[in-house]
Amino acid sequence: MLDILYFAWVRECVGKASEQIDRPAGVSTALDLANWLAARGDGYAEAFVDPSRLRCAVDQQIAPFSQDISGAREVAFFPPVTGG
Amino acid sequence: MITVRVQTEDFDAGAELALLEKGGAGAVASFTGLVRADDGIEAMSLEHYPGMTEAALLALADNAMTRWPLSAVTVIHRVGRLTAGARIVFVGAASLHRAAALEACGFLIDRLKTDAPFWKQEHHAEGSRWVEAKADDDTAADRWR
Repeated sequence: MLDILYFAWVRECVGKASEQIDRPAGVSTALDLANWLAARGDGYAEAFVDPSRLRCAVDQQIAPFSQDISGAREVAFFPPVTGG
Repeated sequence: MITVRVQTEDFDAGAELALLEKGGAGAVASFTGLVRADDGIEAMSLEHYPGMTEAALLALADNAMTRWPLSAVTVIHRVGRLTAGARIVFVGAASLHRAAALEACGFLIDRLKTDAPFWKQEHHAEGSRWVEAKADDDTAADRWR
């Protein structure tokens, strides 16, 4: 099982803050997962149409989209941060 | 001594400074960020990533303590809905001498803005909009890398 978290406008597009999925076959990297989610259409397609607008964290560490997620428990997708 | 808090409640910058002064260091420096009261902003919402946000702030504080000779570092960041003029963030550092304390504060706020998972949404009378990350923030953070 893999936990996926969404934040800010990504959360609003997708319509939920998190979900749990079975690891999809053929999904090895964060980018693979983003593309797999985009294929669901609707809000997912809107959120993930341009992954360059997003950032991701794997097991709560910022990671490039090329990061291998095969051993990960949690992947989060969000816009560039704007705290402070 | 490192103090890191993510909270909805307001903080008292004076009280935090007094705590930093208590250590007996000769120099205490700080920065407070507030919700701007211009541009028709009625309120601002701050979202965060529970777990990762605290860890990111702790990592920055650790980094500052390693990089400069500091006796104490404090980072407090609020989340939730904040009205115009409300305090958002406080960073403070104590050291024997001023250069380390001042530089550490600059480092903490500049890097917090690019490294810590928070997202701001501005609320205006006409509607709400998610704030976009600024290239200037990346430039400011880069000078500390």
